[in-house]
Amino acid sequence: MARFVIRRLLQSAVVLLGVTLVVFLLLQLVPGDPVRVALGTRFDPQTYEALRARAGLDQPLVVQYFDYLRRALTGDLGVSFRSGRPVTAIVLERLPATLSLAVTAVVFAMAVAFPLGIVSAIRSGSLVDHAARVFSQFGVSVPDFWMGIMGILLFSGVLGWLPPSGYVALTEDPGRWASHVALPAATVGLVTASILTRFIRSSMLEVLSEDYVRTAEAKGLRTRVVVLRHVLRNALIPVVTVVAVQLASLLGGVIVIEVLFAWPGIGRLTYDAVAARDYPVLQGAVLLVAALFLLVNLLVDILYARLDPRITVK
Amino acid sequence: MKPVLAVEDLTVTIGTRRGPAHAVAGVDWAVRPGETLALVGESGSGKSMSVLAATGLAPRTARVTGRVHLLGMELTGVTEERRRRLRGRHIGFVFQDPMTSLNPVLTVGRQVTEAAEEHLGLTRRAARSRAVELLDMVGIPSAGQRVDAYPHQFSGGMRQRVVIAMALACEPDLLIADEPTTALDVTTQAQIVELVGDLQRRLGTAVVWITHDLGVVAGIADTVAVMYGGRILEQGPVDAVFGTPSHPYTKALLAARPDPAAGSAELVTIAGAPPSPLDLPAGCAFWPRCPVRGDARCEHELPPLVPVSAGHQVRTFYPQPSDGERR
Amino acid sequence: MSEQTINHEGQLRRVLAALRRDPLALTGSLVLVVLVVVGVGGSWLAPSGINEVNVDQMLQPPSWAHPFGTDELGRDVLSRVMVAARVSLQVGLVSVGIALVVGATLGLFAGYYRGWLDNVLMRCMDVLFAFPVLLLAVAIVAVLGPGLVTAMVAIGVVYTPIFARVTRAGVLSVREQVFVRAAVSVGASDLRIMRRHVLPNIAAPLIVQTSLSLAFAILSEAALSFLGLGVQPPDPAWGRMLFDGRGFVTDAWWLGFFPGAAIFLTVLAFNLVGDALRDVLDPRQLTVSEARRSTA
Repeated sequence: MARFVIRRLLQSAVVLLGVTLVVFLLLQLVPGDPVRVALGTRFDPQTYEALRARAGLDQPLVVQYFDYLRRALTGDLGVSFRSGRPVTAIVLERLPATLSLAVTAVVFAMAVAFPLGIVSAIRSGSLVDHAARVFSQFGVSVPDFWMGIMGILLFSGVLGWLPPSGYVALTEDPGRWASHVALPAATVGLVTASILTRFIRSSMLEVLSEDYVRTAEAKGLRTRVVVLRHVLRNALIPVVTVVAVQLASLLGGVIVIEVLFAWPGIGRLTYDAVAARDYPVLQGAVLLVAALFLLVNLLVDILYARLDPRITVK
Repeated sequence: MKPVLAVEDLTVTIGTRRGPAHAVAGVDWAVRPGETLALVGESGSGKSMSVLAATGLAPRTARVTGRVHLLGMELTGVTEERRRRLRGRHIGFVFQDPMTSLNPVLTVGRQVTEAAEEHLGLTRRAARSRAVELLDMVGIPSAGQRVDAYPHQFSGGMRQRVVIAMALACEPDLLIADEPTTALDVTTQAQIVELVGDLQRRLGTAVVWITHDLGVVAGIADTVAVMYGGRILEQGPVDAVFGTPSHPYTKALLAARPDPAAGSAELVTIAGAPPSPLDLPAGCAFWPRCPVRGDARCEHELPPLVPVSAGHQVRTFYPQPSDGERR
Repeated sequence: MSEQTINHEGQLRRVLAALRRDPLALTGSLVLVVLVVVGVGGSWLAPSGINEVNVDQMLQPPSWAHPFGTDELGRDVLSRVMVAARVSLQVGLVSVGIALVVGATLGLFAGYYRGWLDNVLMRCMDVLFAFPVLLLAVAIVAVLGPGLVTAMVAIGVVYTPIFARVTRAGVLSVREQVFVRAAVSVGASDLRIMRRHVLPNIAAPLIVQTSLSLAFAILSEAALSFLGLGVQPPDPAWGRMLFDGRGFVTDAWWLGFFPGAAIFLTVLAFNLVGDALRDVLDPRQLTVSEARRSTA
């Protein structure tokens, strides 16, 4: 087990190194001079030189990269071209909004997908099963921002139950936070739920046809026990991965929904940075998200190994 | 003596995309306390399905008719809940492939005593010491430590011992062994056969042994039923059936058995293939492959099961006279 | 030497038969046919010009004259939706084409030669895999500047790793088979073996992956253009129309509804056909691509 963890840690470190290289090179790919482009009409020679020096752009490329890497390791991701504030602080202050949206969405998705996926597998061919399959096909095909717009139209415009957009911190006012998070979380959550439902259903069906499930039935165990102890446990091992991958991709990827609902998270920050050509902030956000993504995947693999006793031996 | 498990006129029809499949087309058999019944046949002959259906383990798409008695209790038409309470408690199962019939993520100890926890109300603690006892009984070395191991840490033969321990956890009246040695190598096969025989004598358990291996049958069975195309073609005491086989199919099976004593490398096979359960013939199911081929009656009319001697019955219009068949 | 590969003709017939039997796949194929017709002939078929501004026809609800209503500049929404079909198809096909060609080539070399080349290539793919799909696409477009071409390149790059992985997995299993080793033993060149023996035998998973990726790519294009990073105005794109319409949505539902419905139907059609293809060609493939389907 220890060897497995160490190997995975090393692998992740190598990939993370590659990620920093990609993120670093992003800035080099900007046609022309990124600082000049970013400053645009606000150009003045003094700020220009200061920002260039601060971003290390006057150094050779290799030196720049190792410099970037060294500073990134100490948590210094440079300063914003726009505000001059440290990127690390800017990115971190957006994390709670994204985190609360992503977690709510995934919880919502699991609450829908687990019962639906499990029942549709156990009662394969039933009405519930058909409904689940229609739902999951709908969910993987629907553009989330379209569903979000339709949600605003219905729940905010027609019914007037929920605010159309905006954000209130959870720590500030949980009730108002909840009313604001409901629509974006449900929008993201339904898409996630459809992916999960599909996966849980097929995973369950696969396990249900295993010989050891028949063995469990032959022992005269209650259906509940057979499903919970024998089927679910085995079927959920791969599902854990999918849930985590979903969560990880939501942590950095809900740009469109955050823009639509004016939700001040990482996605919204990325969008604003792109619009303002604030490349250090873009780099910082992308790097943070990729690092989180890798971390979640690493944790999942370790959890996976804990859940499946066969892996430790291999 | 009253039979432990008896089925009468059992049929199993499975709905498939290409129409109903007649997996079992009306069979009667019974196994008495402490005895061993061998159900013999090729794959698809309905031997496993008749047992699974009798115990409520047939696939969901199967329709089962006929009467089933367990320890004098009528099982026909009872709720699945009632049948579940009897499974595991009074009947233990050993399936073909020990590699797949154990749950990979639970320790063997846990799996061995699950049935006892369910039916006898054993606590987790009591269950654990019972598990050690059972593993010890089936000959697993240092059972006290192995009880917490996972199935993948055992060899195939050892896993089948675990499965046997599992089946005997509630000291059932009946053990159903569905080709328990097919997936094992020859030496291990012999050990498993011996182990089951041993345990049967010690615990007085009745056994239904499903197999296509006639060599095993001769060694352990009291009675034997030869199945083909969802029906029994010949059944009776093992000495009678093997000594004076009266159905052309039984004779062919016995002739096809490799005989190490004779030392001949020649393997006699039966030409042709068994009938499809989707399309059972109206007459004798064996007619297309039968070396005797009596007359048109065989093709169009189902022969009845007729007695040839005490307890020995055969389903044919042309019972074969004994010709000093080797035993 | 016998060329032992899949019987392509039989395979094709099997696929067509299966698609015919499956009502959902049939519907999906039909939608795709309509889509291609509209995509190719959109500007001729459209009832009015896409940039005909009509100030006294602003924000009209659906009517006979304007079945999908008009937008805030009085332009006919139906016409714009029809013309925008071309952009979605174009971006979808080109970007998946890029991902397929680049990804399959990398995967082929990685799986065939193994060793350090395999290691380097697949670690690079891992790095690309470490970014959420849309975030990477946004970052690439942000750097290269928004527009049709960069959107295609960005989406192509993002979906390259999945093709590399699918190809590599296929190559690894085919490599060891008798006919490949036979070809090696008679001294056929590596490139010839890859082209004649390996590629045809991993076509099935690649076809399935292509058709499912088309669905994801079109969703990604819609998301990019929703963020203003795709086709630039005044050219119409479905995602952009949604973005522009979102401010009016409570008063003019048709602005949000029709372009989104067009995206949905297109993606649904590709998914239905893709699923049917998978059922026929590659029933066991349910893997990472499913998990990463999120458009976010």
